[in-house]
Amino acid sequence: MKSNFNTKQRILKDRSLFWGVCILSALTAIPLIAILGEVFIRGYEQFTWTFFTEPTPTAYKAMKAVNEGQPIPGGIANGIIGTMIILFMASAVAIPLGILCGAYIAENNKKRFAQFVSYLTDLLQGTPSVIIGIITYIWIVVPMKGYSAIAGSVALCIMMLPLIIRSTEETLRILPSSLKEAGLALGANKARVMLKIQLPSAFGGIFTGILLAISRVIGETAPLMFTALGCSFIRWSIDKPISAVPLLIWEFFNDPYQQELIWGASLFLLSFVLILNLLSKYLARKWNR
Amino acid sequence: MSDKIFKTILFLTASMIPLICGGIVYALVTDAYQAFEYFGFFKFLTSSEWSYTEGNEQYGAMPFITGTLMTTLLALLFCIPFSLPVALFTGEYFKGTKIASILSTIVDLLAGIPSIIYGLWGFFTLRPIIMALNISPQGSSILTASLVLAIMIVPYAASLSAEFIKMVPNDLKESAYSLGSTRAEVVRRVIFPVAGSGIFSSYILAIGRALGETMTVTMLIGNTNAIPDSITSTGNSMASIIANQFGEADGLRLSSLIAIGLILFLITATINMIGKIMIKHSRI
Repeated sequence: MKSNFNTKQRILKDRSLFWGVCILSALTAIPLIAILGEVFIRGYEQFTWTFFTEPTPTAYKAMKAVNEGQPIPGGIANGIIGTMIILFMASAVAIPLGILCGAYIAENNKKRFAQFVSYLTDLLQGTPSVIIGIITYIWIVVPMKGYSAIAGSVALCIMMLPLIIRSTEETLRILPSSLKEAGLALGANKARVMLKIQLPSAFGGIFTGILLAISRVIGETAPLMFTALGCSFIRWSIDKPISAVPLLIWEFFNDPYQQELIWGASLFLLSFVLILNLLSKYLARKWNR
Repeated sequence: MSDKIFKTILFLTASMIPLICGGIVYALVTDAYQAFEYFGFFKFLTSSEWSYTEGNEQYGAMPFITGTLMTTLLALLFCIPFSLPVALFTGEYFKGTKIASILSTIVDLLAGIPSIIYGLWGFFTLRPIIMALNISPQGSSILTASLVLAIMIVPYAASLSAEFIKMVPNDLKESAYSLGSTRAEVVRRVIFPVAGSGIFSSYILAIGRALGETMTVTMLIGNTNAIPDSITSTGNSMASIIANQFGEADGLRLSSLIAIGLILFLITATINMIGKIMIKHSRI
């Protein structure tokens, strides 16, 4: 091996690696600041009361307002309500199923079948969201003969499942085994120990996992495009096409007359996602202590 | 609740995952069958034509496979010079300090931004810069999409690499220091060889992410259905052609789009499987 005994050069190399790492790391923070800054500066003026209470304007109304030089009427209430409905239905199914499935994998981690399920969970997590959209289209939209809020929530449910399964499994696995043994020693059966001791003590980890899963799927656009489709007025029925905030952003992006509304909608979505993210991080740190 | 019932319930919920995965493969294969049967499997893969004139429909996946590979590899190339320093910063130089946790929070937040907002930012901020620099006339190109894609995958590559860099045993590093190594030499001669396969696998998983990214690429790639001839020309990726045309397609075109979805699914599944297996084997 060729050795380099030139100390000055070695120290220089060492210093330059250190500063290179620091500078390049600092540069990585720039996109976050740039994106947050742009969305905030261009979006915060649109945060008025009507922005959250009115549905999106029709293409004609928006065109008229733009041509007359007036602010575009309306807001994103249809998207907010749609997102809430879809997300509520998706969570109502994905959270219990995900927790039970995670519990199964953590309980039987030596069994072949559990390892197989765990592997498939990874596969599902890595599946591109656009494919989940296609699948839900084939499974739900085609048989039901129409786009619907149900289809949208099935798509998001499939995307949430692996995230919740993983966080449940990992949290259960790091619980001290003495906890489980103490419960069993007191005569409780395994079901009781799981439901009354293990899952409640894992609550913190599972809860942060759920928050992260919600923040991950709330901004998903591609799977909703082929399932929920979108709708320009406020709708509460679950078997009809429905809007969602990311779908509205996509519509505004494609309609030159509504492009003004894009930044308010993005700011709303972005703040929601980042607050959920930070909250889950904070809670994880708090509960880990 | 008796143990038996509880066990059965757990088993049934767990069986749902294989059912979903099997259902995905089954639905994709049956619905893609028409396209494969009509064009032939290899012809469909290698044909570069995509035209939907009535009576003479020609669909082939090659332009989109090329587009996906080009955006993914370029994104990987742009991502390495930033994700590797971040991993060294949080996993070695400032391991366990406040500033490292601030940086990793920032990087995690980058991972949380929805892809449609990355697309908007790329469209309204990065695209004018590309246009001003005269790189591409409309600003939408493979290059534009890859640059934003690179930012999106930095968090995945960086946080996982940092985990592996953190795991390098202290006594290895200390023995190198005791022999008079500088920190740069420890990084190069100890950390990279020991954590290397883990770092490598984290990039494989980042590729898996980049392959399936839909909205960002759709908004920035320019959407032309031909094999791109350079990185500054427009194109389409497998995910973006689906996002663009799925809503209006039917019959043979729908089946061809689903066939592209099947190919994309198989590619990402293989890449992810390779990454996961490598990670399992590189735990130190």
